[in-house]
Amino acid sequence: MRKKKYPRIFNILPLLLPLLLSGCGSALMDPKGEIGNELKSLILTAFGLMLIVVIPVIVMTILFAWRYRHSNLMAKYAPEWSHSNAIEVVVWLIPCVIIVFLAILTWNTSHSLDPHKPIADKEDTLQVEVVALDWKWLFIYPEQGIATVNELALPVDKPVHFRVTSGSVMNSFMVPALGSQIYAMAGMDNDVYLVANEKGVYTGRSTNFSGEGFAEMTFDTHVTSEQDFQAWVDKVRGGADTLAYPDGYRKLAKPTEDAPVQYFSSVSPELYQDIIDSFRYGNGGRDEHAGEHGETSMSAEAAE
Amino acid sequence: MFGKLTLEAIPFHEPIIMVTATVIALVGALIVGGLTYYRKWGYLWSEWITSIDHKKIGIMYFLVALVMLIRGFADAIMMRTQQALAAGGAEGYLPPHHYDQIFTAHGVIMIFFVAMPMVIGLMNLVVPLQIGARDVAFPFMNNLSFWLFAAGVVLVNISLVVGEFAKTGWLAYAPLSELQYSPGVGVDYWIWALQISGIGTTLTGINFFVTIMKMRTKGMKLFRMPIFTWTALCANVLIIASFPILTATIAMLTLDRYLGMHFFTNDMGGNQMMYVNLIWAWGHPEVYILILPAFGVFSEVIATFSKKRLFGYNTMVWATVAITFLSFIVWLHHFFTMGAGANVNAFFGIATMIIAIPTGVKIFNWLFTMYRGRVQFTSPVLWTVGFIITFTLGGMTGVMLAVPGANFVLHNSLFVIAHFHNVIIGGVVFGMLAGYAYWFPKAFGFKLDEKWGKRSFWCWLVGFYMAFMPLYVLSFYGAMRRMQSYENTEWQPLMLVAWVGAFIILLGIACTVIQLIVSIRDRKKNADLTGDPWDGRTLEWAVSSPPPYYNFAHLPEVNSIDHFWEMKKQEGFTAQAPTHYSDVHMPKNTAAGPIMGIISIVLGFALIWHIWWLAGLSAAGMFVAFLMRIFNENIDYHVPAAEVERIEREHHKRLEMQA
Repeated sequence: MRKKKYPRIFNILPLLLPLLLSGCGSALMDPKGEIGNELKSLILTAFGLMLIVVIPVIVMTILFAWRYRHSNLMAKYAPEWSHSNAIEVVVWLIPCVIIVFLAILTWNTSHSLDPHKPIADKEDTLQVEVVALDWKWLFIYPEQGIATVNELALPVDKPVHFRVTSGSVMNSFMVPALGSQIYAMAGMDNDVYLVANEKGVYTGRSTNFSGEGFAEMTFDTHVTSEQDFQAWVDKVRGGADTLAYPDGYRKLAKPTEDAPVQYFSSVSPELYQDIIDSFRYGNGGRDEHAGEHGETSMSAEAAE
Repeated sequence: MFGKLTLEAIPFHEPIIMVTATVIALVGALIVGGLTYYRKWGYLWSEWITSIDHKKIGIMYFLVALVMLIRGFADAIMMRTQQALAAGGAEGYLPPHHYDQIFTAHGVIMIFFVAMPMVIGLMNLVVPLQIGARDVAFPFMNNLSFWLFAAGVVLVNISLVVGEFAKTGWLAYAPLSELQYSPGVGVDYWIWALQISGIGTTLTGINFFVTIMKMRTKGMKLFRMPIFTWTALCANVLIIASFPILTATIAMLTLDRYLGMHFFTNDMGGNQMMYVNLIWAWGHPEVYILILPAFGVFSEVIATFSKKRLFGYNTMVWATVAITFLSFIVWLHHFFTMGAGANVNAFFGIATMIIAIPTGVKIFNWLFTMYRGRVQFTSPVLWTVGFIITFTLGGMTGVMLAVPGANFVLHNSLFVIAHFHNVIIGGVVFGMLAGYAYWFPKAFGFKLDEKWGKRSFWCWLVGFYMAFMPLYVLSFYGAMRRMQSYENTEWQPLMLVAWVGAFIILLGIACTVIQLIVSIRDRKKNADLTGDPWDGRTLEWAVSSPPPYYNFAHLPEVNSIDHFWEMKKQEGFTAQAPTHYSDVHMPKNTAAGPIMGIISIVLGFALIWHIWWLAGLSAAGMFVAFLMRIFNENIDYHVPAAEVERIEREHHKRLEMQA
């Protein structure tokens, strides 16, 4: 009876590994960008390093438990034996060695994959400003002077610098197929550098729970050729709507769920900074703005 | 008059809640009716509610934890069902405002009102016995701790029917939990339930720290303490050091919400990142408060049932101490994606990985305890072996999350959910259920039914892997936590597997309930007459089961780690009855704890609903009750030597009959 049961636990594990590693359709195991690729190999390296100790532990657990079962009188029994310098050295040394390797890997990759680290020169990098709103994403293209809601378009192979903030609660900006996420926080200017190396449409979303409409706070990321990207920009520019601070933005910032894609053919150039500054009331800093935007809905309500 | 409270606060239009409430009301009425019919109120009051006996308080903690486990698990089943249904545009059966409350309640209940009381319950039952003490250092405070904890439990359950619970996630991240974004009473329920029970926990931490430091019996040096007591000591150090952070953080959030301050608001200089830092500066040590005592249980179980000394006692102790220290310098790994620089992330990532070293050593030590032993496959051992394998996997995924780069894509995904259920179910729950089976005979004088215990284990084990391995896989496909619905229908098959897994775990819980019923039915057959059913090694097995209320007629003297085990092996050892008995000094039961507990429920409720006059009245009442307790000098008594002798004689008679 017992004999049959042990393999049962064990069977589940190897079954799962190929699932994890096969990656067809998996955003993290079949990434579409350079950063995503490096993160994938980092995950697999760390995983592999740890299997060096995890697999022996699991095998030893089953082996020892079975070998020294109560009914097996053939096995050696040493009730007083409770110390061995040799074993102590080995059981401290193995985890230490693996952690040293992992620590080096961690130190290096924390720097090489730092989300704030530029991928290319500023001239070769596309600027996108991302604002998390309740419950939708506002993407501002400052160089193109346009903005969209819930639709992101990127030229293939072009590094992108996302500046990320929030007009509401904390969110996290992520396109799983491209790589790293970063928190979007009100009044703060966060950033992440990413690049897409394969054309396609990839889902992006908020990963940090932000309330009622969180589940549908998703957007499509269209990775296209440079020409198609220009065509897309022209299409957005052709629209009738524009977006300016504060009135248009305030209207847009009102909570909505599962918001449709929207295009803004032009935006006020300071919009992103204005959104950040709108939270600075009473905090010194850019007081000349504080006077103007002092009576934001935020501070009025929170002060109640 | 009633503040914000109106009849509309009761969700009559929510069938799920109304049916649940009706069932709870019926069961409650049945219990009250039963107690009245059998005239048990007096017994309940004098023997349990007002009891300062650490063993009874421990049992009450564990009982509440088991009841709340069912409540928290109902939430789990509802979430799994929702996610199994709500794919590709389908909305499932739970709208966001309900789903969001459920995952918040699930997390809060499972951590604060299931895992914590299980750990504290076991500590209560076992620690004083293991160190050869007659009670804890502050017996009244122990009773008060329990009732403050119970007050928190009551408030959380009231929120089910009156008003709503928080819709913020279990840690109520600001600014989502601020008044502007969560104007309802849900967060206020969260605040006061945790604040009141958290104060109880802090008191417990102080109590047990002092108990272990000052009340060890003669000869029990620190390095002769049983490992469970060592882990309890470290857990209590963590409680003392970390719970005040929680209390202060919640207090600041309270000031924001009640007095319009700006600690964590978006504007006026509030700093949400400070909230996240503070809550995890408590939250990370918290998980070690839970897991360390579970490690202690496994150490006791594996040595006892391998019939062998624990391998590497000193290493075990130092590994525990190292984990205790390290658990305070890793909190930032919960938010690598907040945007700190590479140096900061790397530091906290590496500090986190270092914890894997002492933890790995512990695992090897358990393995080498089995090595050259005679392992009896009782249900506590099954839990332990299941733990070693499951926890090793959970530790591995934990280290993966600790690599900042990997964390950038795994954070907030189902990988995190799978990881912490991997270590909390595989570690804490398995540990507590092992401890439950191991010490049950000590508490009640009869063993639990092994057949149902093993069935429970296999259901939990298989159910766990089925419910959570799919989540690991799904995270690689971009599935995030806390989603009420999702577009991608490719995720649905694995969500269904997880759903089935949750039901297998439900079978495991059912087995535990059946086990308890069957064991009570067969208590005569499974009676433990010797007080030492497992051939144990530590002092708690030297007294009868259940132990007399004063624990030890004579305080024992120890001169080694496994003193009781060695004593038993000595030639001609038969626990001879001592010839002389003396009076035993004991604390008296007190009504102050339950009274203050009840008042704190009223106080919490009044504060949640802004019923200020009632809040003022109950705060004053609390103060008066406390003063009355302080000035009460009639708090102790002496058990006469003759009474002690009578009780001990009976036990020795049973022992001789066994021999």
